[in-house]
Amino acid sequence: MNPEMILFFIFGAVSLIGAIAVISFRHPIYSALSLIVTFFAQAGLFVLLGAHFVAAVQVIVYAGAIMVLFLFVIMLLNLGTLSAKGALTGKLKGVAIVLGILLAVQGIYIAVNALKNTALQDAEAATETVTTYTIGELLFSKYLLPFEVTSLILLAALIGVIVLVKRENQTEN
Amino acid sequence: MQLGLEYYLVLSALLFTIGVIGVLIRRNAIIIFMCIELMLNAANLAFVAISRNLGDPDGQLFVFFVMAVAAAEVAIGLAIIVSVFKHRETINVDEVNSLKG
Repeated sequence: MNPEMILFFIFGAVSLIGAIAVISFRHPIYSALSLIVTFFAQAGLFVLLGAHFVAAVQVIVYAGAIMVLFLFVIMLLNLGTLSAKGALTGKLKGVAIVLGILLAVQGIYIAVNALKNTALQDAEAATETVTTYTIGELLFSKYLLPFEVTSLILLAALIGVIVLVKRENQTEN
Repeated sequence: MQLGLEYYLVLSALLFTIGVIGVLIRRNAIIIFMCIELMLNAANLAFVAISRNLGDPDGQLFVFFVMAVAAAEVAIGLAIIVSVFKHRETINVDEVNSLKG
């Protein structure tokens, strides 16, 4: 058991437990808090993989900004009171879980077996970590067009949200 | 010695599956949204793990684009949820079925 393996199992277990908690809590606030735990554990996994900048962005953007948005909406709508009649019951739930387990088995099979004949199997794991410098350089050279298109997506989202809220106000007046 | 790629890919597959099961069994629109975030994160984990194994930083760049799209999607999705809630006083996806034929 080398240190990376021990840390991997700790972070992996925390993220899996957090993920299961997300789908099992009745109250959406608890689900959101469990999701934050999962995101932090995944940031730890990113650090293990040598992706330090991705880990920082994961904590700042996902665990910070996106989850604050979720919590804000849950509190704004006061959802705790009417979430009781939530989940499916009985047979349908069983079917969903069986389908999910089938999907998990397929995913694990692909992860373990199907990679054997590809270049990934022979690739020597890179020892040096990817620095922020490398990422910034790639972002403004090879990926310049996708980078600009991303800004358009964010602009479209901004305008979309404003239109949604604005129409809401006009119908009420 | 570094940990093999399979460990990370299996963990990623399990996280993705939990997200899928959540979308299937929960009827609360907000929790369905959180499960979609869970699936996006599982994909991100696979991206970073394979990027490390190939010694190629491109995988990490894709993670940034996924995060940007996820942020836009969450903003729009939550705005839709808020406006649906204002009209129908519920966010149970089984009760919001006007588009069903």
